Amino acid sequence: MSVVGKSVERKDALDKVLGLAQYVDDMHFDNMLIAKGVYSKETYGKIISIDISKAERVKGVVKIVTSKDIPGENLVPIVRKDMPFLAEDVVRYYGEPVAYVAAETIEAAEEAVKLVHIQYKPLETVLSIEESIKEKAPKIHPHGNIHKSYKIRKGDVARGFSEADIIIENEYRTPHQEHSYLETNGMLAVPAYEGGITVYGSMQCPFYVQEGVANILNIPLNKVRIVQTVTGGGFGGKEDIPSLYAGNAALLAYLTGRPVKLVLTREEDFFTSSKRHPSLIKYKTGARKDGTLTAIEVTYYLDGGAYSTLSPIVMWRGLIHATGPYRCENVRVDSHVVATNRVHCGAFRGFGQPQVIFAHESQMDILADKLQIDPAEIRRINAVNVGDETSTGQKLETSVGLLETIEKSVDKSEWQQKRSIYEQDKGDKRRGIGVSSCFYGVSLGAGGRKYERSGAYVEINRDSSVNVAVGTTEMGQGMRTVLSQITADALGVKYEDIYIVPVDSTRVPDSGPTVASRATVMSGNAIRDACRQLKERLGKVAEEMLKIPREVLVWDNDEVYFKQNPSVKLTFKSVIEEAYKRDVHLATQGWFVAPYTTFDEETGQGWCYFTYVYSTNVAEVEVDMTTGIVTVLKVTAAHDLGKAINPALVEGQIQGGVVQGIGYALIENLLYDKSGKMINPNFSTYIIPTSVDTAVIDPIIVEHIYPDGPYGAKGFGELPIIGVAPAIVNAVFHATGVRMKELPVTPERLFSVIGEKK
Amino acid sequence: MSDLINLNFTVNGEKKHIKLDPSMTLLEILRNILKLTGTKEGCGKGECGSCTVLLNGKAVNACLVIASQLEEAEIITIEGLGKGEEIHPIQKAFIEEGAVQCGFCIPGMIMSAKALLDENPHPSEEEIKWGISGNLCRCTGYSKIVSAIEKAAKER
Repeated sequence: MSVVGKSVERKDALDKVLGLAQYVDDMHFDNMLIAKGVYSKETYGKIISIDISKAERVKGVVKIVTSKDIPGENLVPIVRKDMPFLAEDVVRYYGEPVAYVAAETIEAAEEAVKLVHIQYKPLETVLSIEESIKEKAPKIHPHGNIHKSYKIRKGDVARGFSEADIIIENEYRTPHQEHSYLETNGMLAVPAYEGGITVYGSMQCPFYVQEGVANILNIPLNKVRIVQTVTGGGFGGKEDIPSLYAGNAALLAYLTGRPVKLVLTREEDFFTSSKRHPSLIKYKTGARKDGTLTAIEVTYYLDGGAYSTLSPIVMWRGLIHATGPYRCENVRVDSHVVATNRVHCGAFRGFGQPQVIFAHESQMDILADKLQIDPAEIRRINAVNVGDETSTGQKLETSVGLLETIEKSVDKSEWQQKRSIYEQDKGDKRRGIGVSSCFYGVSLGAGGRKYERSGAYVEINRDSSVNVAVGTTEMGQGMRTVLSQITADALGVKYEDIYIVPVDSTRVPDSGPTVASRATVMSGNAIRDACRQLKERLGKVAEEMLKIPREVLVWDNDEVYFKQNPSVKLTFKSVIEEAYKRDVHLATQGWFVAPYTTFDEETGQGWCYFTYVYSTNVAEVEVDMTTGIVTVLKVTAAHDLGKAINPALVEGQIQGGVVQGIGYALIENLLYDKSGKMINPNFSTYIIPTSVDTAVIDPIIVEHIYPDGPYGAKGFGELPIIGVAPAIVNAVFHATGVRMKELPVTPERLFSVIGEKK
Repeated sequence: MSDLINLNFTVNGEKKHIKLDPSMTLLEILRNILKLTGTKEGCGKGECGSCTVLLNGKAVNACLVIASQLEEAEIITIEGLGKGEEIHPIQKAFIEEGAVQCGFCIPGMIMSAKALLDENPHPSEEEIKWGISGNLCRCTGYSKIVSAIEKAAKER
């Protein structure tokens, strides 16, 4: 009786509805100090002096640290080390951490923060991509303003464009997006014996945090223990920057010998945490009259902000997906992530893809319109299938469900009928329906090859209950539930008997980050490896108990039975009891290394990801022509994810991703004043969708089994947001005839274009 | 810091007599003094609804209520919703409908749902959406939360 494929109840739901789940701010240690940050009030400037003398005299203040107090290396280890834990000589964005205070009370800490006096010499700022790439732009880093560049060269674009019957060329722009997880970042560092330290906190990537803490304190990794607390949302926002907060909390704990809790206010979190990269994309597409693509040329820029953090690999992922899930023999893509004096950008669900996909799915729509081909049809004409090649020359060998996602979303949304019905709308309220397709390479691929392995520890207790430890984390997506289902099936025991222990860096080896929809495949396969070893050991015991060779024994539903005669059986419990009597070792480590991937930086060719997930979104909107307000009526979202281990969780991912996508398309935008200070760092002025801003969402699960994934699964989580904005913008075009090339499509922006057209 | 005042109020049916700084927020009182950490702080400014509790039967942001408003008040938090071992039908519906992801907004969301259903036992879908429109959730897209509240309304 398999539990994989069933919508079993979440493991963590009961604790969470009762208010019992312990997030980091709910934890308390005796003798604990409270930390507050001193954040830069200058956008770009030399630090002339930092005076902490007045602040130190505030009653209750125990320690104030600046960069001078760091015993180790003052650099956060991410992709490239360029971001300091605490600014030294220069601050490069408004809000950059300069000092941290630890005090007996939050009031004392806040008072001291106000009294830290920092003198700056302002420098000329760079606040946009356009400014950053100017020849005479001020340099933000010694190496200049380009954090990193990547390219793809495939075929011959000149020839491709000469073969085209139509060529379209456009520029697109997308804004910052803030993750807006409801739990702000927080860490609690506690000194441990023999110079060690334990850090509890909200995070996606315990092993990144471990490296960060070791680096700032100059202690070996074995002295740093990281325990993830219940994490209130991540979406990529708790991938890179938790290392900085953890490092500073650990520094204060290390220097004071006392537990230190650092939990950010919402405003501090807005100012200092990584964002989705703004982009500027120049996109040229050539196609034949029948709609087939002949050439694609893209040059795009991401605003990486003041520090590069994860930018190189965010951009790399965008690069690999820049031409969409389509066949095209002639491709040239150039991508550059540049430095500006705005907050650093890092991971956000979709990881560099929503930007380029907004561009390519707009291009496909424009092509369809110019060639008088149905927009869904032009995608079907070019869609990749098994045997086709990606823009990097990777042959897709298995599990390519794109065509089925197009068919199902088109059928279920009644695309054809609605195209013609909505075209009849001529009044002030006009409806439209639009489509977008995209794909997403699962896990880190060649861009993060050194992290492409994961461990799992599985232990069967004497009462036959099962503990599982993994190195990937739960942040709300449902990983603990999915991995419990995988473990239950792998051992043939009940779901209820599985317990995933809190993630603790001392329980499993470095298993890489929890990002890129990788936990299901990576931890799932590591668990299956451990379970295979345990069943091997249990098989020997059962074989002797039943006098039947283990090769013909079936483990299922808390029993083990003879394949040819299921009435010859034992309970799982009795086998475990016997195994314990015989001192059989019923705990083991599993390990999984991702399948082969590679990338050649010179040619931009390679086997980039071990598999891809695919989706098609159909969006229906109503536009008020008198105000420019867009209301999303419905989104039909079809996703091929290999196998849905838990369909209800998959639906939840789709619904949540679609609503984040609505925010990205229509509402969300960080704003800055002329000096480079973010002016809407809160939920009153940075608006995310509420319950009344949502649409009817129809999730469709498509399953093209991936043979190397656990039970055929490819992983899920990132994909649902990616295609939403272009589907909405294409629907707006269908409704109004207006093509919006910049996100978000606010009423002001849309109305001004509608007005011009009139 | 102002002079402390003596306050009498009820939290989850338990009477409290405490000396407090009158400017302290209800959120600080619940989390830091009474150690009821089920009520969450998402913004501290009344923008996100994570700290929603019932104050004299009405849903309020605990971060916007100060101690001096609490004399003789009756407060219900997420910890006081169930009866003993039995969980409340709204909590049960949230589990069954899969309305929980990261969980951080959930205590506040459930308290808003409770206030809504107390006032309007059979709300329409639209009324439910407006009833929880002050509670931000970034994970679920609200779909399953709305179905959970519909379900709880039906089963009451």
